[in-house]
Amino acid sequence: MTEQVMNFRPHWRRRVYAIAGMIIAAVLVVVLATTIGSVKIPFLTTFRVLVSQLPFIDINPDWVNATETIITDIRLPRVILAGLVGAALAIAGATYQGLFRNPLADPYLIGAAQGAALGAVIGFLLPIEFSAMGFGVIPMLAFTGAVLSVAVVYILARVGKTVPVTTLILAGVALGALWGSIYSYLIITSGERIHGIIFWVMGSFSLSDWSEVAVVLPYVLIGVIVIMLYSRSLNVMQLDEEQAKQLGINVEKVKLILLAAATLITAAAVSFVGTIGFVGIIIPHAVRLIWGPDHRFLLPLSVLSGAIFLIIADLVARTILAPTEIPIGIITAVCGVPFFLYLLRRRKGIVYF
Amino acid sequence: MTRFEVENLRLAYGHNTVIEDISFRVTQGEIVGLIGPNGSGKSTMIKALSRVLNPQSGRILLDGNNISGIPRSELARSMGVVPQTPILPSSFTAFEIVLMGRNPHLGLLRYESEQDMAITWQAMARTATQSLAERRVGELSGGEIQRIVIARVLAQQPETILLDEPTANLDISHQLEILDLIKMLCRENSLTVVITLHDLNLASQYCDRLILIHNGLVHAHGTPEEVINQANIKDVYGTGECVYTHPVNGLPIVLLKAGSGRNALPEDTINPRNKETEKE
Repeated sequence: MTEQVMNFRPHWRRRVYAIAGMIIAAVLVVVLATTIGSVKIPFLTTFRVLVSQLPFIDINPDWVNATETIITDIRLPRVILAGLVGAALAIAGATYQGLFRNPLADPYLIGAAQGAALGAVIGFLLPIEFSAMGFGVIPMLAFTGAVLSVAVVYILARVGKTVPVTTLILAGVALGALWGSIYSYLIITSGERIHGIIFWVMGSFSLSDWSEVAVVLPYVLIGVIVIMLYSRSLNVMQLDEEQAKQLGINVEKVKLILLAAATLITAAAVSFVGTIGFVGIIIPHAVRLIWGPDHRFLLPLSVLSGAIFLIIADLVARTILAPTEIPIGIITAVCGVPFFLYLLRRRKGIVYF
Repeated sequence: MTRFEVENLRLAYGHNTVIEDISFRVTQGEIVGLIGPNGSGKSTMIKALSRVLNPQSGRILLDGNNISGIPRSELARSMGVVPQTPILPSSFTAFEIVLMGRNPHLGLLRYESEQDMAITWQAMARTATQSLAERRVGELSGGEIQRIVIARVLAQQPETILLDEPTANLDISHQLEILDLIKMLCRENSLTVVITLHDLNLASQYCDRLILIHNGLVHAHGTPEEVINQANIKDVYGTGECVYTHPVNGLPIVLLKAGSGRNALPEDTINPRNKETEKE
């Protein structure tokens, strides 16, 4: 009998190998994306510069200082931020999809994006400058807008002691539409600032530096850890809520914790770089199509795939029409959708969600 | 030993009261059947017993403790539920679904051990679902899903099992298989079982005691012989003469005859040929 039980292990082994493989791929993509840019730097040099930054490793520098500055102060923070945002949006999307048992869910479904955009647009139009906790005016207001928007949706959707998922989605879509119409009005009346605003809404990493990474990282790290802790609960919640309760899940508590974690990392991710689309909906689906629906693998694989995908998308965005940069939201759609449709076609006829 | 003690329970959905005032006890190791017409509140009782629905008034004690004060994971370790039409995520495999039965036994940071896998596999063996292990549940039939969910409840290793119409989707051979299994588990491991059944014959065959629910109250309560008799069935279901005795084991059986229900036609018009001749 144990022998037959063992037959189910290979499944898991395949997924563990996938995680290991994706970690290696992520490291390679980081090096690759750091190598490519307007100044030509050989791949190996980049690799050695990056390795020399690691603690306890001494490499005799045979490169000029400018090279190191370009790599570590200009390109690397941008690459890392892209990776963080991709990871954040992908795991938030996977969490929302699991929580709502709805394949159409993405991190923006219940008003986070519209709230963030409204906050950001107000930030663009405000004549003041300030910063707090590492956030400037626009990121601060975008972050606050996203969190407040979801909090209001959650409170509005409350029925007694429970928050039904469908009510949550409907309240989110309704409020999102309201925020959307307000910021659309603000945009058309914004005069010459309209270009900056539209660039923000479509997303861009063009002004990234280490301070932004330092602000975003803790949110993403803590959020990812919290969500991963509840990955088995998320599996059980794929049954209906009644069965999940009967299998020992405190459904309302888990729902609140996961919503809060996913919303915080979404808000942190979009606050600096804008509401980048498609990553949060397409990456979890792609991972599910390839490796199956078990959240214990779906979540970490989404983190890695999201990071890799957004680093590559940003690489394309800044190189393909250099020196002009394309908003990354356009690249994620143009690159992501054909790949996703290919996966979808390949698995035609097999239920996967 | 009393396992469940239900005291003056009143259950409602909003302003719509389903159960007015019901009290009963369930002793360890017995199979108690909840029977009654459609909409009488059998499933609602299962929801209340598993703390998915909170009572308007009254209380439910499990081993002497009010269930409203027991944490969900603790409750799930002592009580498992087989819902009537379980919704399962279609892309999970049958094995993954049965493995979810181990959830209440695992902490936040723990993965299933070899032992959990073995318990899961054993539960699938007992329900003859091993061959389905790697199939996605979206591809399974209603009867197969029913057995998967029963395997899940076995993997949960509870002391009490609540079943809501577990045989609704099954053919007669699987009906017997599942109910025989439940009866055997009940006898071997002294499990306590509360089961809702609309099939009065199965209820009569398998339950130690029956509770007939009607209009939100207990209409009759006792052994199958005491509950399934002509008077009770006529009062509750409004059918004509239909209760007989099983020729082999002497338990009450219900045999229906066309034209004995509430919409019965007058005797002479039942035969369609009579109608035709009348027209001519």
